[in-house]
Amino acid sequence: MSRLAVPKTYKLYIGGKFPRSESGRSYEVVSAEGAFLANAAQASRKDARDAVVAARAAGKGWAGTTAYNRGQVLYRIAELLEGRRVQFVDELVRSEGLTSERAEAAVDLAIDRWVWYAGWADKYAQVLGNGNPVAGPYFNLSVPEPTGVVAIIGPQTGEGHSLVGFVSAVAPALVAGNTVVVVASEKAPLSAISLSEVLATSDVPGGVVNVLTGSPQEIAPWLASHADVNALDLVGAGALDWVQLQVDAAETLKRVLAPEDGVGAAAPSLDRISAFTETKTVWHTKGLL
Amino acid sequence: MTIDTGAGARPAGAAPSAGAARALDLLDGPVTDTTLRRYLEGIPGVDAVGLEQRAASLGTRSIKTTSKAMALDRIIELVDLTTLEGADTPGKVRSLVAKAITPDPSDPSCPRVAAVCVYGDLVPVAVEALGSLHAPKARAAGNGEGIAVAAVATAFPSGRASREVKLADVADAVRNGADEIDMVIDRGAFLAGRYGQVFEEIVAVKEACRRPDGNDAHLKVILEVGELVTYDNVRRASWLSVLAGADFIKTSTGKVTSNATLPVTLLMLEVVRDWHRMTGEKVGVKPAGGIRTSKDAIKYLVTVAETAGEEWLQPHLFRFGASSLLNDVLLQRQKLHSGHYSGADYVTID
Repeated sequence: MSRLAVPKTYKLYIGGKFPRSESGRSYEVVSAEGAFLANAAQASRKDARDAVVAARAAGKGWAGTTAYNRGQVLYRIAELLEGRRVQFVDELVRSEGLTSERAEAAVDLAIDRWVWYAGWADKYAQVLGNGNPVAGPYFNLSVPEPTGVVAIIGPQTGEGHSLVGFVSAVAPALVAGNTVVVVASEKAPLSAISLSEVLATSDVPGGVVNVLTGSPQEIAPWLASHADVNALDLVGAGALDWVQLQVDAAETLKRVLAPEDGVGAAAPSLDRISAFTETKTVWHTKGLL
Repeated sequence: MTIDTGAGARPAGAAPSAGAARALDLLDGPVTDTTLRRYLEGIPGVDAVGLEQRAASLGTRSIKTTSKAMALDRIIELVDLTTLEGADTPGKVRSLVAKAITPDPSDPSCPRVAAVCVYGDLVPVAVEALGSLHAPKARAAGNGEGIAVAAVATAFPSGRASREVKLADVADAVRNGADEIDMVIDRGAFLAGRYGQVFEEIVAVKEACRRPDGNDAHLKVILEVGELVTYDNVRRASWLSVLAGADFIKTSTGKVTSNATLPVTLLMLEVVRDWHRMTGEKVGVKPAGGIRTSKDAIKYLVTVAETAGEEWLQPHLFRFGASSLLNDVLLQRQKLHSGHYSGADYVTID
């Protein structure tokens, strides 16, 4: 006897909740061969606005947790990813058309990148910060601080981009204590939404990661010009008019990372962490010891 | 017991106060606890489900572009910019006044707010900071309506003090130049059924709002709906305040957990509308506390226009008591004018 299939509804992830798009729109996600996979919410500019509000609200708490604790929270995500590896492999096979071996390798890579970045959480400040020599009886310290709300146009192409690329773009921004609004792969958003289910059940506070699915072309200009977004990662915006996005971002003095292409996009590096930090330098008198 | 309606405080031969006169007409006899109770408790009960549904349906209107731009400007013109903290300092009041005068320094077309609302002892600071823009001076100089100074009085927010102390509180604020007095009713007396005492107090405070030059400070009566608990009580307290001569009825102090809601404001607007139909007099309504977003405020505008009428959407008949609302309205205004979303970095931190 055949059983009625129960297809999953993929929704947005904003402020720790899974709302449908404010606009009520959805679009069909198809496999690499063109077969129907699922309906995903098509985010509008107002969903982007709500996501920025949620990210802003979550910023203080996330930036305020200790670096060690942030590292543990990020590591915990890797643990949960490991537990759901079958689901992620299956989604990569269905949505990107990878062989199961290659999909497994991609999931491994994604988990390893989480662990790699989690390790940096309580170390990057030692590398990027400094005790500066000054001509006086003062300590002069430079420490990196999070930039704030980072909007990310997630990778849209490349093998495993919907998971590996997504993780590679989101994780480094989180390490320093930023909160993110990320536009997932338009063609293959399933992994990103499944990952947000992982985030929702991990120790990451709601609003720290906000995931929008839909058209980057439609959403990116609103994020680029949004005055409450502090930085813009255009890693997956290669197909858009990204120069104009940079121009829009400059209006409100955002930090911007340029698009990257191919399998090596958003390769793990300390630079991706430092790109979304501000250096604060403070003076302290030396005690009379 | 017959209530002293304050007539004795005026020169011999003066007519009884307006409040007493209108109450006498309605109450069918002298103003006493008994006649007030008979009247107020004879008012039909509120259909709570219907009221909330009506309020919810008024909140679903979609207001777009040009209407929204007009609504936002009107909201600013209707705001009583408020600071009522124990930690208020003269400096804080001066920056509040600066914001009232120039809400958005990046946009000269932004209108001014209606009033600033402070504690009584800070009224002189506000008056001095407003200078020539203080409402009476501005009007005298033909320089528009200016910005009024509202003071909370009568042992705000609890109202737990003797009559003498409350009246002295009011007289002090009026003498210092307050144009509007926000008084609290004695909720304890109201809930205990001593309507006469509440009535008498409003009448006495109204009397204390008179200035020697014949003008008087406008009287806003705060019902503190969160402590009245039921819609029926809110309706009764609204009628009682209007009967006693309130120029405005105001929902709440902002100091208790339950503040202005759309249904409660709708209910008070209905009282005001009925009073206008009955007597031709216009009483204002001021929701206060808990209105933080432009979206909420626009719902209130719709409710006012649909209930009392559009002519109520003027500073002398409708006000928002708010502090954080203004920033949200300014952000929405900036969004409409610039075409992109604005952020908290572009308005003041208050």
